[in-house]
Amino acid sequence: MLTIDNLHVSVEGKPILNGINLDVRAGEIHAIMGPNGSGKSTLALAIAGNEDYEVIKGDIIYKNENIIELAAEERAHKGIFMSFQYPVVIPGITVTNFIKTAINANLRARNEDEMPANKMLKKFREKAELLEINSQFLSRSLNEGFSGGEKKRNEIFQMAMLEPSLSILDETDSGLDIDALKVVANGVNKLKNKNNAIILITHYQRLLDYIVPDYVHVLHEGKIVKSGGKELAHELEEKGYDWIK
Amino acid sequence: MAYTEEELKKELETKEYEYGFVTDIESDTFPIGLNEGIVEAISKKKEEPQWMTDWRLKAFKAWKEMKEPKWANVKYSKPDFQKISYYSAPKGKDKYNSLDEVDPELLKTFEKLGISINEQKKLAGVAVDIVMDSVSVATTFKETLSKKGILFCSISEAIKDHPDLVKKYIGSVVPQKDNFYATLNSAVFSDGSFCYIPKGVRCPMELSTYFRINQAGTGQFERTLVIADKDSYVSYLEGCTAPSRDENQLHAAVVELVALDGAEIKYSTVQNWFPGNKNGKGGVFNFVTKRGICHTNSKISWTQVETGSAITWKYPSCILKGDNSIGEFYSIAVTNNYQQADTGTKMIHLGKNTKSTIISKGISAGKSQNSYRGLVQINSRAENARNFSQCDSLLMGNKCGAHTFPYIEAKNKTAIVEHEASTSKIGEDQIFYCNQRGIDTEKAIALIVNGFSKEVLNNLPMEFAVEAQKLLEISLEGSVG
Repeated sequence: MLTIDNLHVSVEGKPILNGINLDVRAGEIHAIMGPNGSGKSTLALAIAGNEDYEVIKGDIIYKNENIIELAAEERAHKGIFMSFQYPVVIPGITVTNFIKTAINANLRARNEDEMPANKMLKKFREKAELLEINSQFLSRSLNEGFSGGEKKRNEIFQMAMLEPSLSILDETDSGLDIDALKVVANGVNKLKNKNNAIILITHYQRLLDYIVPDYVHVLHEGKIVKSGGKELAHELEEKGYDWIK
Repeated sequence: MAYTEEELKKELETKEYEYGFVTDIESDTFPIGLNEGIVEAISKKKEEPQWMTDWRLKAFKAWKEMKEPKWANVKYSKPDFQKISYYSAPKGKDKYNSLDEVDPELLKTFEKLGISINEQKKLAGVAVDIVMDSVSVATTFKETLSKKGILFCSISEAIKDHPDLVKKYIGSVVPQKDNFYATLNSAVFSDGSFCYIPKGVRCPMELSTYFRINQAGTGQFERTLVIADKDSYVSYLEGCTAPSRDENQLHAAVVELVALDGAEIKYSTVQNWFPGNKNGKGGVFNFVTKRGICHTNSKISWTQVETGSAITWKYPSCILKGDNSIGEFYSIAVTNNYQQADTGTKMIHLGKNTKSTIISKGISAGKSQNSYRGLVQINSRAENARNFSQCDSLLMGNKCGAHTFPYIEAKNKTAIVEHEASTSKIGEDQIFYCNQRGIDTEKAIALIVNGFSKEVLNNLPMEFAVEAQKLLEISLEGSVG
């Protein structure tokens, strides 16, 4: 589904990623771990298409297409989703309105008709039930006054509604207490199937107790320095990142 | 596809004013210039009674002694009042009995404006009075309304057919000598709308007026008078457009609202006069005086969406004369390119237990300047008066300005006056977040602006709210930096 080949990325002229190689197939969960400043979030934002993250060299091949020249919204239309570490607030726009706008924008971009209201409503109900989200939550302004846990649940709810092929979850566990973490992880597990793929970006191993990855990669100074199975996460937890440097 | 500031600028330049067409209709236009003879000629053209002619002349005499106000936060070269034609009417019959008699070119204009009269008749149940250049050309739904005793017609007709009402109320809320532009309007107004709702009647439909300036080199001076008799209710809508022209066109309107005991008037405006081109050339100078008087237990609510005009100078106000009366002002003012807006409200609390609410949302983009100017005055006898004001500004790019000038005068100790203000900027992070969800930048801006303006949009009647939302989108196309 996704092949990253020798990816070099700079931010404001400063090189952050120095030759990333990564292969993600449908049905897989990959965890990207690493110390602060190793380039984890940069990798996420570069895949999502944030223009502040300039691709200097290398390719990002998604579903057999090089997407490095595509705008963020075009990548989204093709099924790439990112759960933000710090979701933004949009006052006056309800969660429902925002998601509805996004779904229809994606449909239009794919030359499909907008989703009829009844179908939309049904989908909202189904996904809200799946993720144990009450309807009151949906009529609040997007992320306005949301707790850390609510923000992350909202991200996962959007993922459920948009049904992406590739989801990149950037530090989804940060700022969550253990109960909130379980709820969010449960949601992700419910959304996982053999046709989609997930890249989990995390500093700590604890999220991986709840969302079990197929592969773990360790990022250091903009390069993947070690890859392995889920045991690698435990090893890192025991030995710390110094061991890898 | 990077969306850089450069590209945004380019896009901004190519943005066109959608309503900038000129209708090819022969019109009957007065020579330019202003003197007593012109004032008399306007009055004669309208076949007005002598008292009206005298009223105009009195205003003109006063105007000659007056100077243009300078306190507003706007810069422009003073219009030459001797270079404007003060009367222009689409040629043909002055009045139409049915739409069939209307010039097909004119009907095409209305279609372009998105006013399909027939459709509105059927679906929306909106009665429309259309003022082209200075003359009212069509009023729909008159019969349906007259069954309830509601009078809805052009002000010219009202002067002829309902002189007692006009005589009693014209100039009662905005006196002839109120200010430079109101006085000018009193002398030269050529038409406008009139509406009277009888006692206890709830107007069954939205009443609507569309104003359009078509002819070059003309000023438009319409005058609107709405009287809601005791315990009646009316919702009134006003929309405006003008063709794109290089020179500045002057628009100086007066609106007077009278809410008698227990009455309620809801007055909504979507103002989309030509704002001038990307270099600040042309555009309408919009100097408008709007004021309402509230008697006991009555309520006046102003809602305005101001997206057009090169200069907007406008302060829809409420005089809360009667006890327990309520005044509301909900405003969205958008400025882009070189537009300048100085707008706000005055809430004058005279009666006991009077309440006022002010919600103002200013959106500035390009090199525009957007000012809120408001006065909340609590008179010494206004026991337990309450005011709540909220002024929010949203900035796009770093070349525009947002200013807030709130004035509060409280002369009664029991008054409670609250003022809240905020300034924010559309963030790149907000745009990227929307982009990541598949929403393009234009739509993202529209979404953020709509969210920002929501409290005001919610106060517009449904059909109008949709139109206003679209207008916001058009006005701000490609304006984030």
